[in-house]
Amino acid sequence: MKKNLFFSLLLAVAIAISIVSFTSKSENQQLPVPDAGNAGLTLPLGFSAMIVADNTGEARHIAVTKEGNIYVKLGSVKDGKGILYLQDENKDGKMEKKSGFGNYGGTGMALNNGYLYASSNTDVYRYKLNDKDEAENSDQPETIVAGLLDHGEHNSKSITFDNDGNLYVNVGAYSNSCQEQDRVPGSMGIQGCPILDSAGGIWQFKADKTDQHYGDGVHYATGLRNVVGLDWNNQDNALFVMQHGRDQLHDLFPKYYTTKQSAVLPAECMYEIHKGDNAGWPYIYYDQIQHKQILMPEYGGNGTKTSGKKYLDPVMAFPGHLAPDGLLFYTGNQFPEKYKNGAFIAFHGSWNRSPEPQAGYFVVFVPFKDGKPSGKWEVFANGFAGEKQLSPGSAKHRPCGLAQGPDGSLYVSDDSKGTIYRIMYKK
Amino acid sequence: MNKIIVIAFLLIPFCGLFNNPDLASNNIDRKATISAQQSLKEGQAVFKKYCISCHQADGAGVPHMAPPLIKTKYVLGDKEDMIKIVLNGLKGVEINDQTYYNPMPPLGTVLKDKEIADVLTYVRSSFGNKASTVTVEDVKKARGDTKTALQ
Repeated sequence: MKKNLFFSLLLAVAIAISIVSFTSKSENQQLPVPDAGNAGLTLPLGFSAMIVADNTGEARHIAVTKEGNIYVKLGSVKDGKGILYLQDENKDGKMEKKSGFGNYGGTGMALNNGYLYASSNTDVYRYKLNDKDEAENSDQPETIVAGLLDHGEHNSKSITFDNDGNLYVNVGAYSNSCQEQDRVPGSMGIQGCPILDSAGGIWQFKADKTDQHYGDGVHYATGLRNVVGLDWNNQDNALFVMQHGRDQLHDLFPKYYTTKQSAVLPAECMYEIHKGDNAGWPYIYYDQIQHKQILMPEYGGNGTKTSGKKYLDPVMAFPGHLAPDGLLFYTGNQFPEKYKNGAFIAFHGSWNRSPEPQAGYFVVFVPFKDGKPSGKWEVFANGFAGEKQLSPGSAKHRPCGLAQGPDGSLYVSDDSKGTIYRIMYKK
Repeated sequence: MNKIIVIAFLLIPFCGLFNNPDLASNNIDRKATISAQQSLKEGQAVFKKYCISCHQADGAGVPHMAPPLIKTKYVLGDKEDMIKIVLNGLKGVEINDQTYYNPMPPLGTVLKDKEIADVLTYVRSSFGNKASTVTVEDVKKARGDTKTALQ
């Protein structure tokens, strides 16, 4: 009996020691040395940053494997490659090895269930990964979805997944506000906007079924002008999307909007999306100052009139034209508790605020509790554009994609110079 | 010596008046120069009203959306082609392997001939561009061609 007790105690001590050593190992994981001056970024206290790869091309969305390597979807093919695979062989944090495949440009890039999913501006493909998360037959992807509309304007097809085997794809509206003549001053909106039957919304497809077309999918949500950043929220078990609001209120309807109003209106909206939702484009926009859905001037609005019909309200509204291109719910353990399950949003930066100064070009954080925003948004990482940015073309870097590393580091891509940043937190 | 330097500095603000050979060659009289300056000023006002939101204050445009106006063949090339872009609009231009998708609206009914001449003169001599002025006659001629050649 005494002997048994002794052994039990010994076992308990052994287990305790192993737990302590395991936890301390995972929590105080050796982080790489950040760049001097945090690679030009301004971050909250305790955070640091490094550039892990540079000049990759138009780095749109990114995905980080459990080994800490990075897949990058390029907006345009560079050196014959549309997807880059970046590897850190000596584990110093810098991605010194670069290879690539996929001869198409696009935006979507995500890992799901042993596959790498990538989107062109019309199709979604997937590549089977081996146990090291490497695409072995990278020249023979499966086509999951084909034939989505691409008329140039708003043609990114971003992707995300739920936990029930479904894939969500945005199809942006190939128009600013469904005018009879797109972006022509004073041109009115087309009644019963025909764009909405095949664009301006989110489509749901099966993640593992090949050769799906519009007819095989579910028209999951409509009235969304253009979504580039979207992510599944596991706490809420719901899709969240960031909509790019309409442009040029003053240019097109100067009698109703001053340049100052036009610079900040309408809101860039975060929506929680459920099947069948309608966010109202092109009939209404959300005004974050009046906290109201306002009738679009193309459909008889004047800046204050509301619509008779009620559409989906945003769960959070941001100032206009900041261009949210990446959304990520943070589930890692590296960052302080307040960041857990909150949303990071990469704002590409505005072009539509002239003659007012352009804005955005930063990564924002929104705290969440139980799947709902629980506080105000705050700028998390800034300084991407450089000191002076007169226009999007002269911004040094433009945040686009977000990904979480296996150790909880946050990765940010830039589709201007192709820089990939890693943001870390050390206690 | 110091005096010369001071005078040289005082002249600097006026150098801009003469740095465009098409606007102010020695053979053009003062009156023409003043009218060209006026045209530039009015062209800038038109640019700020109708063009700046897409093409930006620095003429650099917006990547993948609105093309730059800096030293491209569209801006420095044939005047008539450029006038017709303003009159009829344009979509899907490719410059240096980059496609610009946002449509430029046709402004033929929005802008007067004089406004088109002024704004194109301004664009062709700003953002590092140096190309000849565009006159009201040029615009009239292009409009005439448009009616028969295009649509």
